[in-house]
Amino acid sequence: MPFVNWLKRNLVVIAGLLTLAYLLLPNVIVTVFSFNKPKGRFNYEWQQFSLDAWKDPCGVSDLCGSLSVSLQIAFWATLGATLLGTLIAFALVRYRFRARGAVNSLIFLPMAMPEVVMAASLLTLFLNMGAQLGFWTILIAHIMFCLSFVVTAVKARVMSMDPKLEEAARDLYAGPFQTFVRVTLPIAAPGIAAGAMLAFALSFDDFIITNFNAGSTVTFPMFVWGSAQRGTPVQINVIGTVMFIVAVLFVLASMAVGNRRNRQKA
Amino acid sequence: MTNKTDPTGDVRLTGISKTYGAFTAVHPLDLTVPQGSFFALLGASGCGKTTTLRMIAGLEEPSAGTVSLGGQDVTALPPYKRPVNTVFQSYALFPHLDIFENVAFGLRRRGIKSVKKQVGEMLDLVQLGEQARKKPHQLSGGQQQRVAVARALINHPKVLLLDEPLGALDLKLRRQMQLELKRIQTEVGITFIHVTHDQEEAMTMADTVAVMNAGRVEQLGSPADLYENPRTTFVANFLGTSNFIEAEVDSKSGEEIVLKAGGGKLVLPEARCSAPAATGGKVLVGVRPEKISLTHADDAGEIPDGRNRITGRIADSSFIGVSTQYVVDSPVCSDFEVYAQNIDRDPRLVPGAEVVLHWNPAHTFGLDADQDADAGVEEAA
Amino acid sequence: MSTLTEAPPPLAPQAPEPKAPKRRGRWTPYWLLLPGILWLLVFFALPMIYQASTSVQTGSLEEGYKVTWHFATYWDALSAYWPQFVRSVLYAGTATILCLLLGYPLAYLIAFRAGRWRNLIMILVIAPFFTSFLIRTLAWKTILADGGPLVGALDTLHVLDVTSWLGWTAGDRVLATPLAVVCGLTYNFLPFMILPLYTSLERIDGRLHEAAGDLYARPWTTFRKVTFPLSMPGVVSGTLLTFIPATGDYVNADLLGSTDTRMVGNVIQTQFLRVLDYPTAAALSFILMAAILLMVTLYIRRSGTEDLV
Repeated sequence: MPFVNWLKRNLVVIAGLLTLAYLLLPNVIVTVFSFNKPKGRFNYEWQQFSLDAWKDPCGVSDLCGSLSVSLQIAFWATLGATLLGTLIAFALVRYRFRARGAVNSLIFLPMAMPEVVMAASLLTLFLNMGAQLGFWTILIAHIMFCLSFVVTAVKARVMSMDPKLEEAARDLYAGPFQTFVRVTLPIAAPGIAAGAMLAFALSFDDFIITNFNAGSTVTFPMFVWGSAQRGTPVQINVIGTVMFIVAVLFVLASMAVGNRRNRQKA
Repeated sequence: MTNKTDPTGDVRLTGISKTYGAFTAVHPLDLTVPQGSFFALLGASGCGKTTTLRMIAGLEEPSAGTVSLGGQDVTALPPYKRPVNTVFQSYALFPHLDIFENVAFGLRRRGIKSVKKQVGEMLDLVQLGEQARKKPHQLSGGQQQRVAVARALINHPKVLLLDEPLGALDLKLRRQMQLELKRIQTEVGITFIHVTHDQEEAMTMADTVAVMNAGRVEQLGSPADLYENPRTTFVANFLGTSNFIEAEVDSKSGEEIVLKAGGGKLVLPEARCSAPAATGGKVLVGVRPEKISLTHADDAGEIPDGRNRITGRIADSSFIGVSTQYVVDSPVCSDFEVYAQNIDRDPRLVPGAEVVLHWNPAHTFGLDADQDADAGVEEAA
Repeated sequence: MSTLTEAPPPLAPQAPEPKAPKRRGRWTPYWLLLPGILWLLVFFALPMIYQASTSVQTGSLEEGYKVTWHFATYWDALSAYWPQFVRSVLYAGTATILCLLLGYPLAYLIAFRAGRWRNLIMILVIAPFFTSFLIRTLAWKTILADGGPLVGALDTLHVLDVTSWLGWTAGDRVLATPLAVVCGLTYNFLPFMILPLYTSLERIDGRLHEAAGDLYARPWTTFRKVTFPLSMPGVVSGTLLTFIPATGDYVNADLLGSTDTRMVGNVIQTQFLRVLDYPTAAALSFILMAAILLMVTLYIRRSGTEDLV
């Protein structure tokens, strides 16, 4: 029974690949349906091949506007969360201080909290303060929930960093500032980059918290949400496909950089 | 004694100590390392030797006391303002910089613009001129170690601190690097302070060794002096192997102390006894295994007079090429170690044989009997 | 070298002068923490307090709300919406178990069997994460469409009869049923399960498998006795990262479900953004938070993995 034996040995591989297919199936559908020419307002059934949407990706009102809003918010949220998160990560790894446990909990809690709870409570705050909902409230919210993820990513990197390297720098006539710029920062950079990447992805794709605190501002996920009610233009599939390709290229590129480093190591 | 070099280059530690909460890593300590010497701090892990080194480097603040370099008090100076450089245990080479930039790091931080020539020369000194543009992880352990030395030496520090610099290398490479470091030290003439737990390494390289134990310096001296005249059982056991016999002072005659042990008498030169030896008091008598001769009990009459002797029975013997190591069971000491050169082997010397151990009284040393005879045995293993 | 000096023997310890140790940069950590922690305090912790206060207020939009310690709101909210709470935990729990069952083989595959394909598979797992999850969730509407190839096949195989009998689907429909919602939840949070699982599997020394095999363990026994226990940290953080967001999610229930599949997230969203009944919404949100914190704490205690961050 060679086949049964083969099956036994490769069962985990088959199961794994099936899961992978499950993960990727929606992306395939999104891509395929970006070439669809739907009959009604909704793009859920295949009709006929068409390049219309690809030729005119901004052909739906507000779509590219919402994309631009999302990109701007993601950019500033990434910047803010990465800056604040990196500072916290350094403080946590490098210093002993009181209230360390409390700080750790405060970092952990936003990650262990359902988004809808954070979204609702933040809205309560904004309503109580009489804040005007819009770009700024979204940005504030995004920096808040991205912060913890950046701290975690940077902390992991800084923790694995040999503290002797900084001692060596100080021993070699580098003052505190020089040590930080010449040694600490370059070595922590991959962790900071990973944190920033994560923050960007989280912010760009966030719907729940944004939906509560956006007022009349429309981000890209909110546009998609609205279109699910009003009618889904093919263009959102085009944007989705492009995002997927860009993400794959981006990950490929960062892996290539990593590989080059690894090869140097060998 | 003699000190022909300029004393202003000395490293002087005065009453320096370090405590972490209730734990005292280094007890108040006074130490002077003369300029140009190769000085070793030897001890087991946790004995405070690395803490002492880090206090000299400025990486650790002393709880009390002062550090001075060439007469200047540097206790309050941060590490980057001290004319001292360190070779770290794991080298701590900057992974994001190539070899050239690693070596040039200190020069650049001091604002020196044209570093190319100096770095090139320094890399040649450590025989790494070809590797200048490689990253640290592309080099072997021995090469990384040499980069670490070059990176520190290029700054012409008053003192070079080496923290277990050879610990990560394999035995053969370690021997090679010991000679290499010794060569470099002779060439540049800078004071080296070397921290190690390897007694052979310390004895091979250093001209002065300080043996540390539990935050204190137990004894300080030249390697030969430490080996021949240990003042504590810790030193006697940590550096090589020692046999101890507990004996009672019987009488003193001239420069010799006569001791009673078991049924027999042993002679100890007074100059080699570091314990107060009052008649009737106890003394630990020590002797190194290689100083002892072994004679079969049947030939006991042939042993010349004036030698210290003990009788016993061979419990075990192991042949290790250059010598044979015997363990002898005697009434005064249950496992006496004896190393005999394999020149004329007596075939009768097998386990079970009755033997006489004898040695020149000049090779005997006396220690305070109040200490643990086994101190330092574990740590040396 | 003849520069040897008789260095002074270690002197008897003189009484060290009690000198306060200088601390360089004692305030540095606080300065580093200040901006980020302040941000979290103002925009994460403070809102929780506001929400707690809102939940015990009464009043109306027009006249404004006042704290009246009206705890009855909690009771009313619970009695009105307990089915949604139960559903949330049920759906999220099912999705978490499915994620573990589906994710483990893939994580195992990447960690031990993928060889040179490892990077490619890794990219394929991560990349969808960067594409809008709403668009991908909408794609499930196409996949599970009524009369579509998948539903048709399930119908022909009489699978739908079984699931309908169990109450997971309705008639020959999958869309707008609990099954569709759980399917969407599983899909959306699967990467959060796979990544921590992979991280902890990857750390396992491959020689342990050989050692287990050498010590008479069959492959399945090796997995049960060696691999799985060692991957527990990944299992624990993976299940938490899946369960917590899934419980509060309302996107899947809204896009793929019907009014019969509404979860607590849907209720909070509706109360807050449509009905504008802030006290009830705040109370619901507070109950959800408390319930999740309680469950997570118990779970972490039980699994004995304290350090997740």
